[in-house]
Amino acid sequence: MSMDLSISRHWRRKYSIYRLQAARCKACGRVHYPPRPACPYCGSRDLELVELPKHGKLVSFTKVYAVPEGARAQSPVYVGLVDLGATKVVAELTDITDQTQPKEGMEVEAVLRRTRVDGEAGLIYYALKFRPAIGVPDV
Amino acid sequence: MPGPQAGIHGWGAYIPIYRLPLSEIARTWGWHPEQYKGLAVEEKAVAGPDEDATTMGYEAARNAIARAQIKPSEIQAVFFGTESKPYAVKPSATIIAEALGITPLTMASDLEFACRAASEGMRALSGMASSGLIKYGLVIGSDTAQANPGDVLEFTAASGAAAFVIGPTSGAAAIIEDSVTFVTDTPDFWRRAQEPYPLHGEGFTGEPAYFYHIKNAVKTLFDKSGLRPTDFKYAIFHQPNGKFPLKVGQDLGFTMEQLKDGLVTPMIGNTYNASALMGFAKVLDKAKPGDRILLAPFGSGAGSDAYSIVVTDAVEAKKPLAPTVDQYLARKVTIDYSAYSKNRGIIYVIK
Ligand SMILES: [Zn+2]
Repeated sequence: MSMDLSISRHWRRKYSIYRLQAARCKACGRVHYPPRPACPYCGSRDLELVELPKHGKLVSFTKVYAVPEGARAQSPVYVGLVDLGATKVVAELTDITDQTQPKEGMEVEAVLRRTRVDGEAGLIYYALKFRPAIGVPDV
Repeated sequence: MPGPQAGIHGWGAYIPIYRLPLSEIARTWGWHPEQYKGLAVEEKAVAGPDEDATTMGYEAARNAIARAQIKPSEIQAVFFGTESKPYAVKPSATIIAEALGITPLTMASDLEFACRAASEGMRALSGMASSGLIKYGLVIGSDTAQANPGDVLEFTAASGAAAFVIGPTSGAAAIIEDSVTFVTDTPDFWRRAQEPYPLHGEGFTGEPAYFYHIKNAVKTLFDKSGLRPTDFKYAIFHQPNGKFPLKVGQDLGFTMEQLKDGLVTPMIGNTYNASALMGFAKVLDKAKPGDRILLAPFGSGAGSDAYSIVVTDAVEAKKPLAPTVDQYLARKVTIDYSAYSKNRGIIYVIK
């Protein structure tokens, strides 16, 4: 999730935020998102960067009314736990309406959206969010 | 004499899920209930609260790259045509290129020419691809069209995107066999740098702008290529409303049969830079090998391009690789004027 953002933090993590870049531990095979310098399971520092698939299944979700500054227009914000096979990620959900309510087990896909806007003059923060799948391919 | 030729390797569209019935606009602003009936549009597509021209362009581009069946890193130029740039200064093209894995070895810029900036990008890319400067280029037309609340433009100003991967002729789904551009200085529509909404020069929008430029571009293409309306299976024009594209098409000698499949504005409103190009994407979704397509985008200020495009055998295998325009048209949720106001940021919030 990308609730805690600053210009430098967002820029440093842009490949995770824009493309779901993760790290796979070469010792035990576990995949960590966002990438970590060391595997929290086996302690190995031998990890490689991989891109996660942009399609998965919604494991669970919650609805957040207490949104950060710059996200009021998007309230309520839905946050989901998404199973991407290699690992699970926590991310915002989008295109949630009365007719398209999230359900556990629902197929979802990641698309680029605004997550927060820093006032009228500041930076626009983009991030991948998951929405009910319509079959937009990975590239 | 045909010019240098280029290929269209992938096409993609995007339409946001939200639709605002035009009756809501008429009700809110006290228009006569019949006011918008002459536009031949009943509802318009509206971007969500977390969408803008960049995010919509991203999705259309992803669909186009998937159909092109190339790696994003093979793209060496990204042209983003819009008149609703999220930033006045800071390119959308680099954000999309980064998010799709096209960076860093690529040209990238945002183009402005009202509704035809993306078409200019398409024509520039076809020259760059045919010259060998680049192998593949990506052009995106995307707009969250703005209109002053209460202005007649509000009935049609809609949101959507279309994108194409342009490259060599070999392996392409369609070949751009010829094209021309026709521009003049015309005061039909403008938006000053610090203004949120455009103005239109009332007497100029129809005949001296839209019809004059499109007709001259298409007639020049006919003269140059020797082609006639009967040589085309489909004809697609810029679509500021549901009526103009039919009128200009019929004036040029095309039939309703040639015009109907390229229409999208009657269903979702005018998506500006995506208007004619989304109509083109919709036609590619159903076109057969050998079909010839006339494409004529228009932009205020003013100018029009006319392209003659021939579909190849490669089109069939690419069709199922991404959602079609019809799938996006069918995916819709109706909203009211207050949700539209919030989504499009037309409620002034005191900070
Ligand atoms: Zn490990």
